[in-house]
This record gives sequence, C-alpha cells and structure tokens, in this order.
Amino acid sequence: MTAVTTHTQTQTTGATFEKLKCKECGAEYALEAKHVCEVCFGPLEVQYNYDLLRQKVSRATIEAGPKSIWRYRSFLPVASDDVIDVGTGMTPLVKSERLARRLGLKNLYIKNDAVNMPTLSFKDRVVSVALSRARELGFSTVSCASTGNLANSTAAIAAKAGLDCCVFIPSDLEAGKILGTLIYNPILMAVKGNYDQVNRLCSEVANTHGWGFVNINLRPYYSEGSKTLGYEVAEQLGWKLPDHVVAPIASGSLYTKIYKGFQEFVKVGLVEDKAVRFSGAQAEGCSPVAQAFAEDRDFITPVKPNTIAKSIAIGNPADGVYALEVARKTNGNIESVNDAEVIEGMKLLAETEGIFTETAGGTTIAVLKKLVEAGKIDPDETTVVYITGNGLKTQEAVQGYVGEPLTIDAKLESFENALERARTLDRLEWQEVLV
Amino acid sequence: MAVKVLVPTPLQKFTNNQATLECEGSNILELIDSLETHCPGIKNSLCDDQGEPRRFLNFYVNSEDIRFLDGTKTQLKDGDEVSIVPAVAGG
Repeated sequence: MTAVTTHTQTQTTGATFEKLKCKECGAEYALEAKHVCEVCFGPLEVQYNYDLLRQKVSRATIEAGPKSIWRYRSFLPVASDDVIDVGTGMTPLVKSERLARRLGLKNLYIKNDAVNMPTLSFKDRVVSVALSRARELGFSTVSCASTGNLANSTAAIAAKAGLDCCVFIPSDLEAGKILGTLIYNPILMAVKGNYDQVNRLCSEVANTHGWGFVNINLRPYYSEGSKTLGYEVAEQLGWKLPDHVVAPIASGSLYTKIYKGFQEFVKVGLVEDKAVRFSGAQAEGCSPVAQAFAEDRDFITPVKPNTIAKSIAIGNPADGVYALEVARKTNGNIESVNDAEVIEGMKLLAETEGIFTETAGGTTIAVLKKLVEAGKIDPDETTVVYITGNGLKTQEAVQGYVGEPLTIDAKLESFENALERARTLDRLEWQEVLV
Repeated sequence: MAVKVLVPTPLQKFTNNQATLECEGSNILELIDSLETHCPGIKNSLCDDQGEPRRFLNFYVNSEDIRFLDGTKTQLKDGDEVSIVPAVAGG
C-alpha cells in the first residue's frame, strides 16, 4: 500500500479564499486536499473573504481580464498566478430565436458549453480550476471518476500541464468519449460497472494512493469552477441576472454552483439582487433527484441508472439534497424526460439553433419544453438553458433517428429525382428508398 | 466470522492509519459494534445520535450499496468485504 501524502499549504497573503468549511456542521479546515468533514462527513466548501473581494473586483477589472474563466479568478480557489489557462470559458450566450418561437418563449438564451475549450464540455471549467489547485498543492498525479466528459477534460488538461493522469470510467461509455480520452495518453481504467461503482472504487483508491482526484479529495476546489457558468451568464446579459435557469442535474454540483455564482455576484455588488428560479433536468432512467422533488422528500433514494443520457447517469448524487433545496427555495422545478424525449430534445436544438448537443443537452432541452408546456415557465421570463456538452461525443444516441444521406449518381437527373422525392417523402421513410 | 472492512481516510485516525481492517459481525449493525471494540470512538463518527449510519456515509457489501440490500440489517458472511465511503464524491 502506498502511503497517503499529506498536502497542505499556507494561504498566500492577498488571496481571497481562506478556509474550507463543512456545509452541514460548520467545522472549519485548512486549505488542504480534503473533501469531507471529519466530524459529520458533510461536504467541505471553500470560504472567501467577501470584503476583500469587494475591494479587489469590479465590472471593469473583470472586463479587462482574459477571455476565459480566469477573468473571475478572484472568485476561484487558486492562490498562485500560475493558473492553467487553456482558453476555458466565455462560451457563447446565444439569444434563441427559432427554438424560442417553437416553444412560445420571448426571452430564451442558450449558454453553449458544447463549444467550451479544450474538450467541448463544461467540465473544462472545473478541471482547469482543480488542476491549477492540484499543482499548487504539490500533486504530480491527477485522477477522476468520470461519466466521460470529465475523463476527456482531465486527460487533456493534465497533458497540457505535464501532470501524470489516471482516469476511471464505466466500461460501457460511448466510443467518442473513450477515444477522446485515450488520445491524451493517460492511464484509462474502464471499470465493469456503472458510474456509482466507479465512484466508490475511486474513493477507495483515493484512500490508498496520494493522487489528486479532482472530484474526490480536490472536489471543494473543482466544484467552484462551475460558478463561472453563473458569472458568465450574468456578465453576458449585461450584468444582470436572468429570471429562470434550466440546467441538467447529475451530481447536482453544477446546478447548485450556478446558484452560488449568482449569489456571490450579488454579494459583492456586481449585479442587482433578484429572484432567479432554478429548474433542473434529469433523464427518467436515472432521476433520483426529480423523484425526491416530485415526492416532496428531503432525502435522495439511490437508483440504478438505465438511460442513454450516460453523462448525467449518477444514481447516487453527491449534491442531490442541495439541488433539491435550491429548486424549492427558488420556486423552480426538477423534471425528468424519457430517452425518446432526450433524442427529440437533441434534434430540436440542432434543427432550430444549429447546436449539436449530447444527451445531457437533449435532456435539458426536453425538460425545458416540458416545463413550458406545463405552464411552469412564463413566456416573458428571461430564461437561460444550459447546454453542457457536445453531440459529436455521443453519436450512438441519435444513430438511426436522423435519417440517412441521399446517395445519388453524379448526374443532374439523379439529383433532380432525389430532390423531388426528398421533398415529397417523409425523411425517415426515405431511408428505406434507394435513389 | 471475519469480514474485511475498507476504512476511508477521515476515519483512519481511529485505525492507526490502516485503510483495511478485519472485523466480525453477522450484519452491518453488529459490524459497527465490532469496529468500535477494535477502534474505540469510531462508532460516534459512523453513526448519528439515533445509532443509524450518518447521512453522508455510504456502506457497501461486496461493492453493493446496502440501500439496495437490507440496509443495516444486511447479512454478512465470512470473507465479505464491507466498504465505508463518504457519500460526497464524484459528479
């Protein structure tokens, strides 16, 4: 057994973050690689000095910063100047026209992290923060338990930073996510089991190896990276908060950290306070948080995932109870949709906005549609829907649902015939017709 | 009846920094009592005031979450592996 190395660091003077604090019992800890409270096992969260933040940060200082998440670095738990900036963040906030019209919404925006850099998902945000922190805590090997996107991101950014990397995934992931990890040459462990089993195994490995697991012992730092999805939307809306957000829920971390991001901007005076409703999206085949919400429970009953939305298939979500709290206190909703609706959601976003998202995004769009149809989103509300991953990684999910190309001879007549038939035949019917 | 127990880092202060222990017990509740005998003080960390496992701790028997089995009454047999894992991880 390898001894666990203790990684500690004294806080640099002038840094805006001060300690780790248990969200449950309030016990405080030094800024180490530690994710749970030693008293009650509640999650540890980074605490900031908001008085100092108020002095250091203004709209102007942020606007003068880099076009990446590091424009918000005073709100992120990294002390040194030597951050890993791979251009992550500042992804487009698209004003939706066609999807909005289709749904009957007047002020719909799409936060498009399908084009986040470098690996095309929101995970690049959390990993940039986690690995920057890992490096200053002295780790030379980084790791994670992943449903795919995190594996891509950890492997890529570790490669850029020159860190050794060993990542763990369920063995049944989509081919694009496996290849999109292997290309960076990490050690890739494909575990025979679902994500929750991968996660448990990684917790056990973290006990015995002195590695920096981004979503285990580095989780308090890692999860802060998701706040930038809140900051960016506020800034891109002209330093205003939206009325309503719809975001996917897997572990619940992203969803709750967007909320924290908005709260922090209010706290330091960067935006005016207002009520923002938070709605969450899950796939029916793995919807422990939506089920708890529907049944008015304050605890999560774990489930065994069975859905094509693998990137959000967490049956035992770490921040599920906090996601419930956010939804309830903001007068939001948490809904689920079945796999057929997930595919329809992916197609709808692609056909109306030209954005090819993965299954998690399909889930979120389908839940947005469901909430609108149920009258749970006011058409006048400024609504932001978060698209967190790229469809090129989960092509299997829509294979067979998007038609086939029309194969023709290189002759004008063949083209004209095909065009005529394409216009008269339903596209899916066309798949079975040879030109 | 010997059961192998995997102990998470925050609890290793009770186990002389050992990540694994051999204990006894025919179910999870008995196992927790056995752990307390071997490592005095650990039960207070494992259980809440009602004697139930803490909300943010998960127990697994041979890799299966006991919430999919019989909870704290899940039966144990010789050679089983019980893993205690803080719930807050991943995602």
